[in-house]
Amino acid sequence: MLYREAGQFRTSYAQDSQIFPLRQDRVGIAILLIAAVMLPFVANSYWLSAILIPWLVLSLVALGQNILMGYAGQLSLGSAGFMAVGAFACYNLILRIDGIPFVVAVALSGVCAALVGIVFGLPSLRIRGLYLAVATLASQFFIVWALDKFGWFKNYDPAGVITAQPIVMFGHNFATPREKYWVVLAIVAVLALLAKNMARGSVGRGWMAVRDMDVAAEVMGFSLLRTKLQAFAISSFYCGVGGALFAFAYLQTVEPSAFGIDLSFRILFMVIIGGLGTIMGSFLGAGFILLMPIFLNIFFHSAFGKSVDATITSALEQVIFGVMIIMFLIFEPLGLARLWQLTKERLRLWPFKH
Amino acid sequence: MTTDRIFRRIVPAISAAATFIAIAAASTAATAQEAQEQYFGIPSSRVGPYSAMGTGYYGGIIDYLNYVNMKGGVNGVKLTYDECETEYNAARTVECYQRLLNKGDQKMVVFDTLGTPGAYAVIGRMAQDHVVLAQYGYGRTDAADGRVWPWVFNAAGHYWGQIAVKMNFIAGKEGGIDKMKGKTVVHLHIDTAYGREPLPAMRQIAKDWDFKLIEIAIPAPGLEQQSQWLQIRKEKADWVTFWGAGSGMNSTAITTAARVGFPREKMVYVTFGGAEEDMIPAGDAAKGTYVAANAAPGKDYPLIADIQKVVYGAGKGNMQNPDRVGTVYYNRGVGAAVMWIEALKNAQRIHNKVGKTVNGDEFRDGYEALDITDEKLKEIGILGMSAPFKMSCAKHDGSERFKMMQWDGKKFQILTDWVAAPDPAFIRKLIEESAAKFAAENNITPRTCS
Repeated sequence: MLYREAGQFRTSYAQDSQIFPLRQDRVGIAILLIAAVMLPFVANSYWLSAILIPWLVLSLVALGQNILMGYAGQLSLGSAGFMAVGAFACYNLILRIDGIPFVVAVALSGVCAALVGIVFGLPSLRIRGLYLAVATLASQFFIVWALDKFGWFKNYDPAGVITAQPIVMFGHNFATPREKYWVVLAIVAVLALLAKNMARGSVGRGWMAVRDMDVAAEVMGFSLLRTKLQAFAISSFYCGVGGALFAFAYLQTVEPSAFGIDLSFRILFMVIIGGLGTIMGSFLGAGFILLMPIFLNIFFHSAFGKSVDATITSALEQVIFGVMIIMFLIFEPLGLARLWQLTKERLRLWPFKH
Repeated sequence: MTTDRIFRRIVPAISAAATFIAIAAASTAATAQEAQEQYFGIPSSRVGPYSAMGTGYYGGIIDYLNYVNMKGGVNGVKLTYDECETEYNAARTVECYQRLLNKGDQKMVVFDTLGTPGAYAVIGRMAQDHVVLAQYGYGRTDAADGRVWPWVFNAAGHYWGQIAVKMNFIAGKEGGIDKMKGKTVVHLHIDTAYGREPLPAMRQIAKDWDFKLIEIAIPAPGLEQQSQWLQIRKEKADWVTFWGAGSGMNSTAITTAARVGFPREKMVYVTFGGAEEDMIPAGDAAKGTYVAANAAPGKDYPLIADIQKVVYGAGKGNMQNPDRVGTVYYNRGVGAAVMWIEALKNAQRIHNKVGKTVNGDEFRDGYEALDITDEKLKEIGILGMSAPFKMSCAKHDGSERFKMMQWDGKKFQILTDWVAAPDPAFIRKLIEESAAKFAAENNITPRTCS
């Protein structure tokens, strides 16, 4: 009843090509954005610094992975490696360039990650599918190894775990969880909007053409070299920015081992669970993979308290989490974003089906 | 049709999830704190490759807290705790830290990550949140400089002191420091901050004693070490200092060493890799391995025996397998919890709050005032299990003494009494240099200790 398009006519090209053609969607997004901005006034620092910040940051990384895997169809396993590039680039930029604003440093670290991404994207011109995944695995190991091996990246810190510098912009130190959240939210919102527009514009169509059949795409005049490397660059840019934010706004330390292979796999799962080739899915998938274990842990500890052995509940949480992943993949292989889409379709008819 | 079915399935699922979360939230709110309770946050790691460590250590801590409660609390103050699962993962440790930080109107006073990666991830938050980071024998070493790190303590020795003790032990076996010249020592370590932590001190010792130091890293989780051990054999190493984590990795090192024919009597294990859980899976191959200990194993210490009687007698023990009471990790956990409680007693005394809840600042003062003498250890009932030490404003690195033990195939034989590094001033100098460098980089003005 509330969610229907009857009576909304698009009378110009501009209206036809807007991001949210439905009034309800526009209102919904506006409410969501306002709520997201106002949230720090009601949420406590635990919610901000332990749930929302990592969720937004990992959503951004999942978005990057989704561009490469979901839109351009290039199976890659190196996303955590590109995050590490971003984090260390950000550290070195702030360390070595006096007074560089945080946003500029983050953007430049995204560019660094994009350049590395292009290099590691080169094999994609020759190999496809699972073979490409194995080739990109090399980037993961190489980057983490190089950051460990060469002391310059870590400014010769003996322990190799560096304390991230404070987030400083326009002479202000964004130190509280609330301020950090706003910084992260602003960056993620802008980049998500950009991704949405790229995905539905000519750039995204190029990616999808290459994904669906690269020979056909080439015949139609798409340069495979350009399209594939562009996807690698943009995806790595998102991962790099995400990595910088992960280190500076969440962990507050910079260390290579935080960006291990298991993080790469988790990002891959976020994209698969969330929905390949959807912007929304990146956020939902990141939420599921990141937050579900935490909620299970909180739930088990508060439901059973100390009456049940914590070792058993900790193991149970992992079992339940695994079962949930399997269930999702069986009942909705297209991901959480597809569920959301189905809900919307239902809502269009509700409550009058006929 | 399909959409219908899916929709019908989802609605109950979502509402069930919502109810779950609502219940969870409600029950957290219901357990609001009353006065005269002291709240502790316990970031345990009970699953994954490092679970042997986590279950033993945090089991020991929880058992001791319960034991103190059953004996009437700390001057009447009851101890409460909340647990959170970190999976020995730095990102999850941050989440746990934030989750445990506040409980009702109480704030956590002490945090113990039992892991160097976790400690590094939260160490920067301590000063602003007013929480003590008690690194009981692990963690960031240069934090032992209390002028730069007022909120971080290391009551059971750190890794630089430990490597110095081990090198001294090795030199003793070789017949003196002058005999070390030209020898080859391999530092075989897990490829994390924890594995690399002793290196700054070790490199310096290698230079001073003129032996060849080879650093070989094993990527976590380290269940495959064939190439590393072949390299060790190729280099004709005389000794291996092993810095691993997780019983899978630690026992694999022994079995692989046995396969390539490297004598276990030339391997010296780190405190966090040398426990019963790490030796037993390797079977007979483990016989002869040397281990450094900052908490000696054994059930005969009066406190451990009493915990077994009082807590386990009442069926309130935290260890799933009660036989693990008295093992290396368990006793280390008890040792860590003893320091919390002694610090709490100090805090109550110093700030005239006997029988009252203390806050983070007061607890910090109490921890800094720790003066654990042999008499004190005897009174608590752990004489011989933990080493005596005294903290001060500048000196936050507790005992700096270790016992060397050797695995005989069934249990650890303790070889030495508490041994200190041969030249403590040398380690202290390294710490102060490193801390000063950190302070300069991060614009920290060290406080003055007079």
